[in-house]
Amino acid sequence: MKITGLSHLFKWENLHNWWLTKYFFPPLFVLCTSGDSVKVYSTRTEEWLHSLQGHTNQVTGIALNRANHLQVYSCSADGTVKLWDFIDGILIKTFIIGYPLFAIYVSEKHDGIVFLHIAMDTDSKNECFQLVAVHLPKSAEQEVEAKELSAVSSRISPNPSCTAFGREGQYIAFARHLQLNVYFFRKQKTYSFSLKATDKKGAKNAFTCIACHPADDCIATGHEDGKIRLWRNFIHTKEYTYSTQHWHHNAVNTLCFTPEGTNLLSGGIESVLVQWQYGAGNRKEFLPRLGGSILHVSTSSDGQLFCTSHSDNKITVIESSFKVCGVIQGLVKGDAVLTDLMIDPRSKALVLNGKPGHLQFYSLMRDKHLYNLDIVQQEYIYEAGLDQFEVVKAAFDINGYWLATVEERGQKSSDLEFVLKLWAYDERTQSFVLNTTITAAHTDRIISMCFSSSEETTMLVTTAEDGQFKAWCQGADADTQQDQSFWSCEFVGSYHNLKPTNCSFSADSSLLAVNFQEVITIWSPDTWELLTTLCQPPGVVRDLCFGRLSCSKYLIATTTRNLLCCWNLLTCALEWSTSVEVSKLQPDPLSENVAAFSYQSKHTDLFVFKPSEPRPLFTHKNMCSEKIHRAVFVPREEPLNNCDESSQWLNRSQLYFLTQNMDLLTFSTATEEDRMLSSSKRLVIDDSVAVTPFYLLLGKHRQQQQKLNTPSHPAADKPQQPQGSVTITELLHTPAHVLPAASVLCSMLVSSLLISNTGVRKDPLREMESSEQEMNSEKEEEHSEEEMEACDSQQELRAQGSVDEVTPKLSKAQERELKRIRKTDFSWMTGLIDSKP
Amino acid sequence: MASFKPTKVPFLPKLGEKVTEETLYWKNYKSPVQIKEFGAITKIDFSPLPPHNYAVTASTRIHIYGPHSQEPIRSFTRFRDTAYGGRFRGDGKLLVAGSEEGLIRLFDISGRVALRQFKGHTKAVHMTSFLSDGFRVVSGSDDLSCRVWDVPSAVELSSLTEHTDYIRALAPSKLNPDLFVTGSYDHTVKVFDMRSGSSVMTMQHGHPVECVLLYPSEALLVSTGGRYVKVWDLLKGGQELVSLKNHHKTVTCACLSSVGNKLLTGSLDRHVKVYNSSYKVVHNFDCDASILSMAIAPDDEALAVGMTNGVLSVRHRRHKKDKETLTSRRRRGPSYQVFVKGKNFVPRQDDFLVSKPVKQYLRKYDKQLKSFEVSKALDTALQTWTRTSKPDVTVAVIIELKRRGTLKNALAGRNEESLTKILNFLLKHIFDPRFSRPLLMVGDIVLDLYQQVFHQSPVVERLLQRLMEVLGREAELQQELLQVLGILDTLFTSLTPRKEVAALAASPVAQESQLQAA
Repeated sequence: MKITGLSHLFKWENLHNWWLTKYFFPPLFVLCTSGDSVKVYSTRTEEWLHSLQGHTNQVTGIALNRANHLQVYSCSADGTVKLWDFIDGILIKTFIIGYPLFAIYVSEKHDGIVFLHIAMDTDSKNECFQLVAVHLPKSAEQEVEAKELSAVSSRISPNPSCTAFGREGQYIAFARHLQLNVYFFRKQKTYSFSLKATDKKGAKNAFTCIACHPADDCIATGHEDGKIRLWRNFIHTKEYTYSTQHWHHNAVNTLCFTPEGTNLLSGGIESVLVQWQYGAGNRKEFLPRLGGSILHVSTSSDGQLFCTSHSDNKITVIESSFKVCGVIQGLVKGDAVLTDLMIDPRSKALVLNGKPGHLQFYSLMRDKHLYNLDIVQQEYIYEAGLDQFEVVKAAFDINGYWLATVEERGQKSSDLEFVLKLWAYDERTQSFVLNTTITAAHTDRIISMCFSSSEETTMLVTTAEDGQFKAWCQGADADTQQDQSFWSCEFVGSYHNLKPTNCSFSADSSLLAVNFQEVITIWSPDTWELLTTLCQPPGVVRDLCFGRLSCSKYLIATTTRNLLCCWNLLTCALEWSTSVEVSKLQPDPLSENVAAFSYQSKHTDLFVFKPSEPRPLFTHKNMCSEKIHRAVFVPREEPLNNCDESSQWLNRSQLYFLTQNMDLLTFSTATEEDRMLSSSKRLVIDDSVAVTPFYLLLGKHRQQQQKLNTPSHPAADKPQQPQGSVTITELLHTPAHVLPAASVLCSMLVSSLLISNTGVRKDPLREMESSEQEMNSEKEEEHSEEEMEACDSQQELRAQGSVDEVTPKLSKAQERELKRIRKTDFSWMTGLIDSKP
Repeated sequence: MASFKPTKVPFLPKLGEKVTEETLYWKNYKSPVQIKEFGAITKIDFSPLPPHNYAVTASTRIHIYGPHSQEPIRSFTRFRDTAYGGRFRGDGKLLVAGSEEGLIRLFDISGRVALRQFKGHTKAVHMTSFLSDGFRVVSGSDDLSCRVWDVPSAVELSSLTEHTDYIRALAPSKLNPDLFVTGSYDHTVKVFDMRSGSSVMTMQHGHPVECVLLYPSEALLVSTGGRYVKVWDLLKGGQELVSLKNHHKTVTCACLSSVGNKLLTGSLDRHVKVYNSSYKVVHNFDCDASILSMAIAPDDEALAVGMTNGVLSVRHRRHKKDKETLTSRRRRGPSYQVFVKGKNFVPRQDDFLVSKPVKQYLRKYDKQLKSFEVSKALDTALQTWTRTSKPDVTVAVIIELKRRGTLKNALAGRNEESLTKILNFLLKHIFDPRFSRPLLMVGDIVLDLYQQVFHQSPVVERLLQRLMEVLGREAELQQELLQVLGILDTLFTSLTPRKEVAALAASPVAQESQLQAA
């Protein structure tokens, strides 16, 4: 067992889907691209079913195969188009194109042809794209090279939503900057229509998206200034007309016609889905406050469901009556993670910035978004450039009873507003409830805060740019005699008017360390006495923390001048120091280990060490190329028993960290990966079969049969008694109206009624019958069957000498069956089975 | 989907008094009933019997009022000179009063003529009282003597002349018929025991004593005089328990509430103060003139205060019943049943309940904010009622507009009338520390927007002039306060003990921190 290295846990681009399609006759599935795979979700349960994996680079587009509604094309930057059966998640074919692909389109009329976006190889700098039609060769092979490329146009915008097929695939419309082009396949001719760069009011007329009416000659275009234009009569270059509708105040991100063409859906940054009635002028409906800005809208083929994807990693499923009926939420992608990564001590969920003004709770174990906690409690206005309140700091106390948050507004302008809020955990609602709001906690911005780590008394310490640190305590107000207790300031401390930056409590909360630029001051929180000061110039202290458990007498600090120092608090002397540029220092709460991320010469190294000795336990050089500012140790549910010295530090907790590119990464060990794989496989199998009462009834039987059958292969001498059969008793006791058709049950009933003889001859028949049945219904058993066959063949080799003569009529499978049964006569096998039960 | 989040009106605590249960209790009095008497009211006493009539001694009369009557139900007018200290006996049937000429008269409540007259004092008798057995009367006089009289025979039983100045305070013990407490202008409070015939305890109040009061347990004694109210522990031999100085003029009277024995004191500074059991002021009644006498009815039903200008002000307790009748009358509308049909329907066990979606009710300004009608929202928030009674709502809307970046749009394009409204609001609230920040911003924006057109309206111009003056004054005040702070800082620094200065040489760091801690 050893550390296999970084595993990309989540990229924030998880559900960042260019080309979200939701099709299928009963609208059951949502497909979306996610990194190098396509994920399939159920619209009913909002659960992730499986992902289509196989691409080696970012998947850039997916499109349904018009000829077969169970198949989907996907294109990727690795230069391949793959055809999938998305219900079972099977890769059917791979077409190798050879160029990085950026979008894919299909049309009903053009069977066997896909249209792709390809970067023009002439000048890659200028981001020139080409629309290419590719004829997909029909061949039985798995991997096919498609070489029949024919260019349609080179005036293509890099935005894939700026291209759309017109009515029945007669024409294709694409736009770039201020020009709309329509290419008619029959005439093989392109018509161009262009808008002025600006009109009188300074509007920005550039095209942002296109949709074509499915039954009418009409093209809807969205523009940067929020206008929607409906183009008609574009068959003639001169006599074209367009009408303008304007509701969006910012660029229209997406447009989509419903399948019948009665409505037009549009969405933009405002996060309002607008439904325009086609041909009814300005009549429209709104669905506001959907979340992040809308990136894409699509409809199901029957028009019953709409589905929007949002910039905050979310897919919303909407009924045609304009009601939200489902939300698929990944790790919420905010603009930036301003808070530290934290672990909620109660739910062990990862806590960080989510939706604007919210904290998100994300369960790492289940890989699921739990909930958002509204911190700011104000209506969010979707407007570019508006200064909004953001949660910038948050901290949990050790029991998870209290949460402190700081929200801030006006970082850019001069008047800074910030609010310190304290939230108490409410057992009844299982959520945090606002307890105290402190509007002017400090006169300037709060830099850091931490809770004391003792179990009995909770205390919060905040440090601010006004040169003071304050201790906040919870205490009942004696005068008002109210039961509720609120937080109030207990102590204000400062040191030579220097600016405090970090604060930290020791493991038993008996000491508080606050650093004032170069100087670290140690205070006693009981008496608020300054005990001592520690200083190691030059360089301002950047980060500091106390050691835990057996190393609690040590204090570690990093400075801006590339120094990592460790003080012994008993002697108040420097124990050791080493020259390393540390960007983040993270102690593990469950062990003595401290992780230090060092950023040197454009790559990050990780050191894990114990404060008691200057030698690192573990080093990982050149981990990633970005600087790391946020990291957290997540306690494991059950500790690993890892003896390998280099991975011992991961036994009790796992290290997660966030890069500047907003990738959340973790270290994983080899065994863990195996486990993850197996668990995901199990999941897939479970999900692929719909859970119905009928399934439950039959599925149970099968499992029991399986159980019964497997031992009865060899133990043929133990006959199955009909009265003991579970199948029969259950069949007889279940009401008739819930039973499947008699024809289905007949064979099962008969087979269970058969009294199997001790003789070898009768068994294979029954065996075959049941195995055939199983093969028809479940693939799962195919697997096990195959495995068995594999091991059979091994044993066959040994038993070759004693092969009997077989009737020539028997098929191969039957032959195998017979062989297997024959093999059971081996005495060592029966001995083994006898010992088992 | 997420619904509209209404504007949050922040709760900003006002500086100063805190609302406690006791303040709520004492606030729960109706506005006072004023009754004009002929002269300064020197004594008020409630009858111990229901309906708790009270005797008011003023000038040459004693009036007896019923609990809710504005007119006296009975008056004793047979005084030749000023009457003093009219008090009921424990059974409420007899009344005793002293007078300026030195005579003590005893009245029957139903009669008119004095039943007995006690002669003996040579000077005015300010304080008279029955002893708790009801057969003896004790009196304190300006002739420095304190006498006890037998009621049936009208004979002087004893005379005590231990005080060296006028006796102006007297309180008999309710538990022991032989004990009484006197207070005198010689700054002492004495406890007399008739069995020994002399004082058994003497306390030095330090100021001329105006009033003495015994707690029902008679373990504590209250004396008032000068600006001080002192509480003595009699069981500890007259040890001073606490000395209160909450009035800024002589404290003339004190009484105890019958619910929880809260102490009330009245003073020449026109205030009645209510203390809680730890002797902190929890409430304050303001009066029009200097207070001379005060009494509270059993169960705190009414508080009667007598003043130097002859006005008797009576506050009656407000009862929940009154309030309920008021509100119920206001809220009477169509009955609930008319609207909710089938509200008594009880779902059966296997019924599937479809819950009704909860409708979110928004305030008018929130509705307008929801539809981005910013000017209208500001207009709504500036409506007269909101503006005057809930300025925090107005300010909350202003802050919300600021957050949305649309405050300028909302303020622009207004006519003289609505601009006057805004400026008046600014004038009223711009100094409130809770609101000053957003309102200063509003002022800035208004100035920016309307700079060109101010001179067209004299009304607006005048308001702006006033705003400028007021702001200038405020700025000066702030500056002065800062100067005071500076002075205080230097004072505190010079007050630092010398010992620490010595330590300064040794460890400058530690010294600094102690300063900070201090």
